[in-house]
Amino acid sequence: MGMTLTEKILAKHAGRDRVRPGDFIVARVDLVLGNDITAPVAIAEFERIGATRVFDPDKIALVPDHFTPNKDIKSAEQVRIMREFAKKHGITHFFEIGEMGIEHCLLPEKGMVVPGDLVVGADSHTCTYGALGAFSTGVGSTDIAAAMATGELWFRVPETIRFVFRGSLKPWVGGKDLILYTIGKIGVDGARYKAMEFAGEAISSLSVEGRLTMANMAIEAGGKNGIFMPDQKTVEYLLERTDREYELLESDADAEYSEVYEFDASEIEPQVALPHLPENARPVSEVKGIQIDQVVIGSCTNGRIEDLREAAAILRNKKVARGVRCIIIPGTQSVYLQAVREGLVEVFVEAGAVVSTPTCGPCLGGHMGVLAAGERAVSTTNRNFVGRMGHPKSEVYLAGPAVAAASAVAGEIVGPEEVV
Amino acid sequence: MKAVGRACLFGDNIDTDAIIPARYLNTSDPEELAAHCMEDADPNFVSNMSKGDLIIAGSNFGCGSSREHAPIAIKAAGVSCVIAKSFARIFFRNSINIGLPIFECPEAVEEAENGDEFEVDMSEGKIVNLSKGKEYRSQPLSEEIQEIIADGGLVGHVRKRVMAGG
Repeated sequence: MGMTLTEKILAKHAGRDRVRPGDFIVARVDLVLGNDITAPVAIAEFERIGATRVFDPDKIALVPDHFTPNKDIKSAEQVRIMREFAKKHGITHFFEIGEMGIEHCLLPEKGMVVPGDLVVGADSHTCTYGALGAFSTGVGSTDIAAAMATGELWFRVPETIRFVFRGSLKPWVGGKDLILYTIGKIGVDGARYKAMEFAGEAISSLSVEGRLTMANMAIEAGGKNGIFMPDQKTVEYLLERTDREYELLESDADAEYSEVYEFDASEIEPQVALPHLPENARPVSEVKGIQIDQVVIGSCTNGRIEDLREAAAILRNKKVARGVRCIIIPGTQSVYLQAVREGLVEVFVEAGAVVSTPTCGPCLGGHMGVLAAGERAVSTTNRNFVGRMGHPKSEVYLAGPAVAAASAVAGEIVGPEEVV
Repeated sequence: MKAVGRACLFGDNIDTDAIIPARYLNTSDPEELAAHCMEDADPNFVSNMSKGDLIIAGSNFGCGSSREHAPIAIKAAGVSCVIAKSFARIFFRNSINIGLPIFECPEAVEEAENGDEFEVDMSEGKIVNLSKGKEYRSQPLSEEIQEIIADGGLVGHVRKRVMAGG
């Protein structure tokens, strides 16, 4: 019996020939990540461990992105703790304002993850890097404290569910729609504790950025990780980003899966997930007409250049509807710069949208677009829980950039084709 | 070790934003977090509960964010343990790591009513609903996890290794 890619990566990092689902292993980590919410807790725990130095200052990434630029004094104090720790331990990858970005947009862009890596981060969306054929998972602050001290962490080897998307995608359908559709099919705990492996022609045709969007939301189905077989697109994506050597591993043909789902991608419409769970996914045609107050385009899910291009294609020569606030947040400084160079920022501002510096901000109701009671937002973020973007009586509708931009123009939820 | 307290009932998919909303995450002080524990699921939870009470919840408790602030808030609020039909993965890990006792026991959840008196034997995973006169067994934790708990959580576990030069 063969192994899945997830099993192969875990086995390799545990120094074993093979592992099986359910095995408890201690594995070496290639990268440890923390942000301005989780790292301060981890730093306190790191010190409580009695550790005096980190296992490798080149293999830790500290990215203050959630409440930055610091929204208040308390947030500023949290980032100060990170800054002092980074300085004390000579952490190579500490990103301040001016070079920071939303962590899960930033790390792939910097070439910090390659196929076959094992990455842990004290942020649930750390599963994003599975798009590059890495095993990558979210853990807690205490976990990363231990990992920063020892370079290792314990894992239970997950079972893998395989999702095969046959056929080709309809216009305006991207990674966000595929993952919302998937979560809609299996529910928010449908992949609890499990690896989600994505394959099929529609996945092969998807860009690395689209795959990053999909892997990012594996956690919203309860998944431990999302993973894609690295291919020529992965190699090309990494070509200008890293000199690191890597192996292109893939799942064996006789690997064992706990379940296999096959979907016809050509049948999938742009999706919208209704409040208050990501599993409430519906084709946009079924939910059109819902009045909205705000649109957010950005986040670790959809803050990459392709996402902004898609939004600009819809907003070009159009106006955001009166009464709607449209907030666009490039994921990183280089996405921002690229958007300026391509004229996308001009398109957005002309349309009446605002463009912000990179931040997680509104996604978690932090700042830069918090909702009042009774307000509704269409957002390209990843969660629509009660109170996620602000008041507990506000509502979040999750969608991809095309639906979000089209809805901003219409003032109500609509599909892209109704606006273009 | 035994926990004795009243049941505070919650439904399925109680997410970490409901347990501790992100608007309070500009601090990691346990007492400040505890003051807002479960706020978006039940705004009166903290004022109505007594120290030692249990959270009894449905499936996928703690889904969403990796914020360790969620189990920290629950523990600091004085909740003695959480019993759920199932837990989200990161929340489960975080709870073990910070020493918040949690047990999966769908049967105990099914039959519980708000305010029922519970007694939980932590080491055996024995759960007794005193109000209903019913006893349940939670699946025992694996040896590896028991070892981490015996060392006082992950920090104690790693500290032991660091001290041993490992």
